[in-house]
Amino acid sequence: MTASSPRVPLLEARGITKHFGGVEALRGADFTVFENEVVALIGDNGAGKSTLVKILSGAQPPTSGQILVEGVETKLRSATDARAAGIETVFQDLALAPQLDAVANLYLGRELQTRNRIFRAFGWLDHKAMRTNAEAVLTDLGVKIKDIRKPISALSGGQRQGVAVARAVNWSSKVVFMDEPTAALGVVQTRQVLDTIRRVRDSGKSVVLVSHNMDDILAVADRIEVLRLGQRVRVFTSAEATLNGLVAAMTGAPVTEGVK
Amino acid sequence: MTNLAEVTRKRVSKIHAGELSSATWVTAALFLILALFIIMNPAEFGTASNLSNIALDASILLVLAVGGTYVLITGGVDLSIGSVLVFSSVAGAKVMQHFGGAGGDAVIGGLAAALVAGAGWGFINGFVITRMRVAPLVVTLGTLGMALGFALMWAGGNDLQGVPPNLVYRFGLGNILPGIPAVATVAAFVALVAGVVLAWTKFGRYTYAIGSNSESSKRAGIAVDRHLIKVYMLGGLLAGLAGFLSLARFGTTSIAGHNLDNMNALTGVIIGGTSLYGGVGKVFGTVIGTLIPAVLQNGFVIAGLPPYWQQVAVGAVLIFAVYLDRARRDAELS
Repeated sequence: MTASSPRVPLLEARGITKHFGGVEALRGADFTVFENEVVALIGDNGAGKSTLVKILSGAQPPTSGQILVEGVETKLRSATDARAAGIETVFQDLALAPQLDAVANLYLGRELQTRNRIFRAFGWLDHKAMRTNAEAVLTDLGVKIKDIRKPISALSGGQRQGVAVARAVNWSSKVVFMDEPTAALGVVQTRQVLDTIRRVRDSGKSVVLVSHNMDDILAVADRIEVLRLGQRVRVFTSAEATLNGLVAAMTGAPVTEGVK
Repeated sequence: MTNLAEVTRKRVSKIHAGELSSATWVTAALFLILALFIIMNPAEFGTASNLSNIALDASILLVLAVGGTYVLITGGVDLSIGSVLVFSSVAGAKVMQHFGGAGGDAVIGGLAAALVAGAGWGFINGFVITRMRVAPLVVTLGTLGMALGFALMWAGGNDLQGVPPNLVYRFGLGNILPGIPAVATVAAFVALVAGVVLAWTKFGRYTYAIGSNSESSKRAGIAVDRHLIKVYMLGGLLAGLAGFLSLARFGTTSIAGHNLDNMNALTGVIIGGTSLYGGVGKVFGTVIGTLIPAVLQNGFVIAGLPPYWQQVAVGAVLIFAVYLDRARRDAELS
């Protein structure tokens, strides 16, 4: 273990196991997110990354193990629990409503209602406040959308990603999980998303980046945790991470360490 | 800051133009058809009494179609609304008969019975669709037959009388103001409220969201199943109201006269630009989409053409409307 810190982690998973029938997807996996950092979670196919993300975002319960939020053991039984704990997730499929516009998607399920009591009783939405806030959030993250009232289906892949990220960032107080955020994107859009990730960290939140793309990871991650066969096998700081080192840790190949 | 406000204001005006764009051309088509008929026969077609006749003809269908719009926006479909209308009017007529076929008790009891019967069928639809996971098309095809079958059994196979005469003459055939039929006023009010709820409230927003992506809506914490049940209940409730309006207008259950109501309502919804795939649609479009067939019907009769041409024309308009809408969307996406 590197850089053993006295800080209390923002989010910590201890000894997580997950069985699907006879298959053990996770066998005592640990995972740590500290305050104000980008931590990459990497591993080969089948290492258990997706399962771990699902467990930490409340989408699936673990078979056993502990989850601690700011040092306090917390049960994440649903996505709502995770959200209440300040954890938001950008899923690979983005979970956007394509016929709705960016504003409606940003506030999906958490719409702002008007303050007027009578109108509020009828569920009257505060369109103006939502639009103003949404514009501010998107601008802060550098997501450029010409006409914010266009349906999501009319936006580019990068813009859609931007909206999904903005939604997660807007609602998370602590950690944003991003599952393969650049998988479907071109070079320029990928750079934009990485930029967004840095901005999220600079705004004081932490980002967990799940990715296959080593270039992306080396570009933005402050720390890298490696899963192999359902367990955490190594933790790198950005300073000590190299492409060869990461691949070796992921595959369990003989280490070619020292090649910088 | 003023700059931002300026930008926002400009954007708002653009929104309205953009939102209307899909409905704009159907509205234009409606006015074109109206203009053609008026030019062809101004003495008969263009009169206030004829136009108010058209409004009256379209209003019962409009009440049905408003509910159908909500259901279609959620990505579902409700084929049962025509039968539910019939069932509700039988329920209403039975209660009216029970109260002696006259007086306020009969009217209020009949209205309540029709609304409860309609909402009840809507609940059955919604419950089976969400809890038993049967496709809306199948469920509502089933309840289409069931509601009609029960209605005919209950009515003994004949149309029921016993609607209070005052209800028929004062309300069903009556005007609120000279030239403005009471039934059409109720339909317009229903459309207005439903349109506002759809565009401005959480209920409307969830209706769109579920139709657009029900899985994401669920993940976003929206109680999807419960909302869907409410939407089907709304569709049923409005079918119940339409059943009551039909009783008031015709003074009898007129069971055979509603054979094609479900298809006609659905046609109006689709002409109005509501997508069969969910997530897209507006009540305003449905109003126009329901008026077009009514105008054609009336115009063809006045022009002395065989009325069968109406069905041909409406069919063509339906297909053309969907084609144009799709072409517009393709253009937007490319």
